[in-house]
Amino acid sequence: MGAERPPVAPAGPQRRFRQDPLLLRVPLILVGVAAVALLIVVPVANVFYQALSHGVGTYWRNLVDDPDTRHAILLTLIVAPVSVALNVGFGIAAAWAVTRFQFRGRTFLVTLIDLPFAISPVVAGLMFVLLFGLQGYFGPWLRDHGIHIIFALPGLILATTFVTLPFVARELIPVMEAIGADEETAALSLGAGGWQIFWRVTLPNIKWGLLYGVILCNARAMGEFGAVYVVSGHIAGQTDTMPLRVQKLFDEYNNPGSFAVASILTSLALLTLLAKVSLERKTRREIAAAGAFVGPERPRNADSRETP
Amino acid sequence: MKAFAQSTAASHRVLPGFRLSLSYTLIYLTVLLAIPLAACLAKVSSLTPSQFLAAAWTDRARAGYLLTFGVSFAAAAINVPLGLLLAWILVRYEFPFKRVLDSLIDLPFALPTAVAGLVYANLYVQNGWFGRFLVPLGIHGAYSRFAIVLVLTFIGLPFIVRTVQPVLETIDAEVEEAAASLGATRLQTFLRILLPSLVPALTTGFALTFARSLGEYGSVVFVSGNIMFKTEIAPVLIVNQLEEYHYAEATAIALVLLAGSFATLAVINSLERWSRRHGG
Repeated sequence: MGAERPPVAPAGPQRRFRQDPLLLRVPLILVGVAAVALLIVVPVANVFYQALSHGVGTYWRNLVDDPDTRHAILLTLIVAPVSVALNVGFGIAAAWAVTRFQFRGRTFLVTLIDLPFAISPVVAGLMFVLLFGLQGYFGPWLRDHGIHIIFALPGLILATTFVTLPFVARELIPVMEAIGADEETAALSLGAGGWQIFWRVTLPNIKWGLLYGVILCNARAMGEFGAVYVVSGHIAGQTDTMPLRVQKLFDEYNNPGSFAVASILTSLALLTLLAKVSLERKTRREIAAAGAFVGPERPRNADSRETP
Repeated sequence: MKAFAQSTAASHRVLPGFRLSLSYTLIYLTVLLAIPLAACLAKVSSLTPSQFLAAAWTDRARAGYLLTFGVSFAAAAINVPLGLLLAWILVRYEFPFKRVLDSLIDLPFALPTAVAGLVYANLYVQNGWFGRFLVPLGIHGAYSRFAIVLVLTFIGLPFIVRTVQPVLETIDAEVEEAAASLGATRLQTFLRILLPSLVPALTTGFALTFARSLGEYGSVVFVSGNIMFKTEIAPVLIVNQLEEYHYAEATAIALVLLAGSFATLAVINSLERWSRRHGG
């Protein structure tokens, strides 16, 4: 964005026009900092305080000695990566189709990819129960063949994948659009095959954008609650993921246990933020290094719509 | 832009993988999105209109929708000025730990909603860090409607800041300079020049927060207490019906909620198209 400022404009007077008086600046900053402190910093501090309030030993035992908690951690470590992997495959395919070709319904397809953001996670879970639950449309067939989807691992993966479906694609589409197809076309004219182009040209170009999407997708996948809540059936030690375990312990009035699990999830969220910041810095530096060659710079907040 | 359009047109059907990537995308979306949505519609169409109304339009359900829309609206309305203020100080001012503050804005997005709900409930109960000061004053930040608005404000905050921030960054200094040299005060410049150019971003941010809040479940169940007619949001009603194996009734409520969310999404899209035409 810096490049858009007039190069050697009279910095002095221009500055004065845009600079607010100190009497306005300081209160505004204080209000902003206070809001972030109250809404974000104190809650995070509270998670760790509550988790450790009975000492480090109890904290450790809460996490390690409870087999159901151990299983919940393990289950989240299975469900999240599988969902992320599925959505990476989808995201790459969708971004390739949308940014490298013109076809009818292209805009509509992009809208469709965003659709899961507009669907309540609870409704998402409900849809899979309607399909695969015992009384669902495929329920009797699945029962006859001994396949369990709802109240089992496949259901958890399906629901999580649904909720996190847009993340990777949303990240990749603007990146691939910005990079353009010139390098790939050049590789093709030099005789490279389709997969060769993908592995040698496209993937190196999009790797940071892809990683960024993976990080966001993973954060949401690990933390998903509503959709997973509906399809899991809450069988302790079997279908409870970490966020569900947090709730179960909370309902059992086991606050230290609940906060212990929550503290892991919070640490993961903080790690996500760190990774996000360093990746953003990296892409910015790369774009700066590549200069005009890369073309239109990547929107700094490509994730802003998801964001969420 | 023109060069870009040309290069895309040139690559049309030149690059390989069109069929593979598009068909994979479509199959994936069909399995995960189209079939489940169709199942929803099929389930609801098994109800007669009067059965549908009996399930989705009871007093309790209506109270749920009203609450869901009301708290979502309130949270989005709080987030608009707050998000604008944060975006403003992040773009315009320099102060210590600014980058930390900037990164922290994304935390609500990265933090699992169940954790947000757990900790917000804990902070605002009578012996919580905030509750011990607020509850004696009669402010109940847990197990009340206010509690839901609070936690939804937390969840929606990044949406507004991250929508407004880039727009604020690109506003041309010369416009402000011109306004000032023509004798406008700072406040006039802000209200007449800056604010109008931020309106599309603020509206989009509002709609995004609103849409996200409509479907939010994880954080709200912790803080709301789920009191019938008072703090019972629509997604909780769906879960309640499901737990009693009333699938058709649950789906009927879900359909009303879906209609609300899709309407919001349609508004977002048309707003974006509108602001692209008028803003760019």
